[in-house]
Amino acid sequence: MSDERVFMKGNHAACEGAYRAGCKAYFGYPITPQNEVTEYMSAHIWEHGGTFIQSESEVAAINMIMGASATGARAMTSSSSPGISLKQEGLSYIAMMELPMVVMNVVRCGPGLGNIAPHQGDYFQATKGGGHGDYRLITLAPNSVQEMAQFVYDAFVLADKWRNPAMVLTDGTIGQMMEPVDYTTMPWMDPPDKSDWQLDEFQEGRERHVLTSIWLDPVDMAVAHEKLIDKYERLKKEDVRYDEYLTDDAELLVVAIGSPSRVTHSAIRLLRQEGLKVGLFRPITVWPFPYDAIREYANSKHIKAILVPEMNWGQMIEDVKLAVLDKKPVHFVPKHGGLTFTPEDLTEPIRAILNNPEDPNTLWHVS
Amino acid sequence: MDTVTIEGTEYEVVAQRPKSLTDKPFTYCPGCNHGTTHKIIAEVVDELGIQHRCIGIASVGCSVFSYEFFDFDFISVPHGRALAVATGAKRMRPNSVLMTYQGDGDLAAIGTAETIHACNRGERVTCIFVNNAIYGMTGGQMAPTTLLGMKTTTSPLGRDAKRIGWPMKMSEMLAPLPGAAYIARVSMHDAKHILKAKAAIKKAFRAQLEDKGFSMVEVLSNCNVNWHVTPQEGVKFVEEQMTKNFPLGVYKDIWEEEKTASQTDKEEG
Repeated sequence: MSDERVFMKGNHAACEGAYRAGCKAYFGYPITPQNEVTEYMSAHIWEHGGTFIQSESEVAAINMIMGASATGARAMTSSSSPGISLKQEGLSYIAMMELPMVVMNVVRCGPGLGNIAPHQGDYFQATKGGGHGDYRLITLAPNSVQEMAQFVYDAFVLADKWRNPAMVLTDGTIGQMMEPVDYTTMPWMDPPDKSDWQLDEFQEGRERHVLTSIWLDPVDMAVAHEKLIDKYERLKKEDVRYDEYLTDDAELLVVAIGSPSRVTHSAIRLLRQEGLKVGLFRPITVWPFPYDAIREYANSKHIKAILVPEMNWGQMIEDVKLAVLDKKPVHFVPKHGGLTFTPEDLTEPIRAILNNPEDPNTLWHVS
Repeated sequence: MDTVTIEGTEYEVVAQRPKSLTDKPFTYCPGCNHGTTHKIIAEVVDELGIQHRCIGIASVGCSVFSYEFFDFDFISVPHGRALAVATGAKRMRPNSVLMTYQGDGDLAAIGTAETIHACNRGERVTCIFVNNAIYGMTGGQMAPTTLLGMKTTTSPLGRDAKRIGWPMKMSEMLAPLPGAAYIARVSMHDAKHILKAKAAIKKAFRAQLEDKGFSMVEVLSNCNVNWHVTPQEGVKFVEEQMTKNFPLGVYKDIWEEEKTASQTDKEEG
């Protein structure tokens, strides 16, 4: 495919972002609504000198990725919620061994089998570790087809920069919709040199390389933990990303990610026509979360209240509240069952909140 | 010819620690066959001249620290997933030589799916499967390969087929899969069989080096500590009981099959 503007599906664009980042291994298992990734990879990764395996399970896929990444290759897997749960074991080992790789979650509705409609129920899992042990994934949340490609591409760069697994946390809507994508911001690249730690066939004349996540002596394990945590603290300072839309004069700040942030855009355009000052703050890295930037808004004079719409029972709102620290009321609009927001779902509560920002009732049920 | 000088006199080296082993003394229990199994693998790796392109996959169980003893690149991976990790590594580095070292719980219980599918895909990797019919590391629980009637901490009255089924015969299960190039079951109960085991391991690596397909050597081993017997009794149990339940032999040999096929061609041609 040429580097011009192309009209395509989010899940396909993610693959093109991966190819441009030099991804040479994709291992995955079918699950809706991310099958387009596995199918597109099976058809096209060969053109880029890569390899595809349809694995026997999500568990096998993530472990194949572990093997590929350990040899220094850029490697990616993807799935949707139930399959991502199965990958958590592998991700925990990958995080402790500091193996760079990319995993994409095209989130569907859970718990259990749930359904195949878009949802945001995996936010906690994506941003607080997900598997056993104390670790984090660098987690990017796209809200357009352009960003599906760009954030997969960026995730590879960040994963290698920090030697850490990175996740692209999207939802069924963003994965399935079609939009134009401009690839000029994603020049073709090769992975950085990893010869100081990778497993390979060139061991003559060098010390052997060992990758492990086991330290039986707690004193040694503490050292390994501290190394990880030191990395996470540096990461929190250097690579927090977010986007702002009409926030300079906003009296109400909406904090949203994924497809609800797109609906928020529409709602804001409607409300601005009525003269209501509403803005959108969109975390791009949901880990590390932009606490400081949100805290600045909470401390600013023009912000009267904050609203968080989520397609779940309230997950990201906990991070927003940690940032706001009760400086301003934080209102919540949920959407359940795999249903998606309409602009009206947001305009109605926003008008009411701006009429009475201190309303103690901060939970807005919308049908 | 290697030589060594001791107190001014030069001697010819006729036997030494394989180069593919590190200097670290084995930490396995006295009487356990892991050490000898490591040694013959290392000798094979030396003899084939592949030490510097070998990548080992350490699994979970007593051999979790096997990466400390082999002197080549290694990764220690989740329980049962060794052959999936080996798959990913080999696909990215086809010129490397992949070895997994797995126990019976790892390969035949929690990793059954990964094992069968790696074999069925014909992954060019070599699996050393140590079958001692018990979970050693965790303190003697029942394994998928525990013999009927054998007492373990989770089958205190002896393994009962009606409740938990029969010992899994992995070599017999894998051999019919077309992806398998070489599958053999060997035993470590005496010197003669250890030499046979080494020959089988060499052949398994050759299957990978010659791009023939998946190879596995099932190594019957003892766990005298968790079997609650002396090392001598343990070895005897392997010889008399284990080999009866798990017959030794070559279950798949792609070279033999190719020979037969070419002979048939000649006869038919």
